[in-house]
Amino acid sequence: MAGKFFSKLKCRECGRTYPAQAIHVCEFDFGPLEADYDYTAIGSVLNRKLIESRPDSMWRYRELLPLEAEPTVGKQVGFTPLVKADRLAKALGVKACYVKNDTVNHPTLSFKDRVVAVALSRARELGFKVVACASTGNLANSVAANAASAGLESWVLIPADLEQNKVLNSIVYGTNVVGIEGAYDAVNRLCSEIAGKYGWGFVNVNLRPYYAEGSKTFGYEIMEQLGWRIPRHTVVCMASGSLLTKIHKAYGEFTKLGLTSKSAFSIHGAQATGCNPITAARKSGTDLIRPVPHPKTIAKSLAIGTPADGYYAVKSMATTGGWSEDATDEEIIEGIQLLAETEGIFAETAGGVTVACAKKLVQTGKIPKDEEVVLCITGHGLKTVEALVGHLDSPSKIKPSLKDFDALLSSGLAKRHVQV
Amino acid sequence: MRCFRPDSPKGTSKSRKGIMAVSVSIPTPLRALTGQKDTVEVEAKDVHAMLASLEKSFPGIHDRLVDEKGEVRRFVNIYVGGEDIRFLQNQQTPLKAGDEVSIVPAIAGG
Repeated sequence: MAGKFFSKLKCRECGRTYPAQAIHVCEFDFGPLEADYDYTAIGSVLNRKLIESRPDSMWRYRELLPLEAEPTVGKQVGFTPLVKADRLAKALGVKACYVKNDTVNHPTLSFKDRVVAVALSRARELGFKVVACASTGNLANSVAANAASAGLESWVLIPADLEQNKVLNSIVYGTNVVGIEGAYDAVNRLCSEIAGKYGWGFVNVNLRPYYAEGSKTFGYEIMEQLGWRIPRHTVVCMASGSLLTKIHKAYGEFTKLGLTSKSAFSIHGAQATGCNPITAARKSGTDLIRPVPHPKTIAKSLAIGTPADGYYAVKSMATTGGWSEDATDEEIIEGIQLLAETEGIFAETAGGVTVACAKKLVQTGKIPKDEEVVLCITGHGLKTVEALVGHLDSPSKIKPSLKDFDALLSSGLAKRHVQV
Repeated sequence: MRCFRPDSPKGTSKSRKGIMAVSVSIPTPLRALTGQKDTVEVEAKDVHAMLASLEKSFPGIHDRLVDEKGEVRRFVNIYVGGEDIRFLQNQQTPLKAGDEVSIVPAIAGG
């Protein structure tokens, strides 16, 4: 099936086409390049039965991903659980709630494994020997792990002040970790210069058109797992805004291909209050993104002050009737705890943002109480434990005596019969 | 980065017609149009006039920066004194002698 369904890149702004190389910006107007597919050819082979017959991974939707041949990196990534979250639904005050749980994505516990699987498979097709990325942490973890298993040399560039676990979770794979003294946007700018000078494959710079498409599988899986339909409401956390736009694209593609029937849906965006350029634009009814020069939030994975896909994310929300909210550090922690205590899912700070914002969207009526919502939970809580230090109860400590245990039980301090 | 700044901004940046000269930094992808110059000087009272003046000196550059509706292209950022003109007065943003204008393609990443 080499090149049968995908063969070129196309500028999202002017539509000029380019060969499927390691390029990401239109030479004419600097618009982002995007993978361009032959949907007629895809429609003639892809159907629900074929997808259902394939292994439980993101590659079930292989024809809709921008590779020439079969994937060679990240073959087990994806197809994470879609959890029917009844206790969380009750807590949020909404009819039905589902959690798309990428905290258990393989191999590095975040949705970034999806984008990296595509980017590194494509990097190999294009002949790269060295791969790299600019990252707020999760992407670095995934590039490091997937490059290690593929036998590729890797470099990850991150802001120097990231969570310790996120740094450790890259170093362990034997990658080259470089901490940059500056915010993510400075890291990103440096990566563009390095990509130009050294000719490396930067997954989110010159390989971005391939990388970004991996996020669509998050949306495909939601639809398939819901029984081949589009959820009425979806809440997505936003850093660059790319995931939100790709879930929107995924919903559109399945409808176009007849894999789901056309139905009304709204996609809502969630950001941290300390870095909310996309939410601020949506709320003020503009598509002009005012950069946040100094992001300040515990949700470091979302701390991108100059979001590359901000404009398109605002457009996706506006055209689907979606709204946007942001959450303070306190609200983020409450969101993490609410998801953990109701559904037994431990999300990183970005997941706390999604839950907290979903709560606001229900409270303000943007998500009506008698409708359903899917929450996109993108990374595991063990990656950002520092955020919770000082916010959780300490464990009870007693002597190894039944009497002490009895005393503890009758003290009223124990959390029993947890109600929502 | 090399800069063709006048030695004495007050003395030399005013042309004989009294219109102000500003320096404009050109990003790498557009330098093929400016004979590889990374900074050029133009005379203009505002950004709109600066764009027209650039086109006069370097034919073809205008279409790369401005779309068919006359708006600055979405992924082109023009800064005057370090601030994006979209948050100033867009193409009506006034320019004065010695102002530094930067044209910077938006960086996609993240």
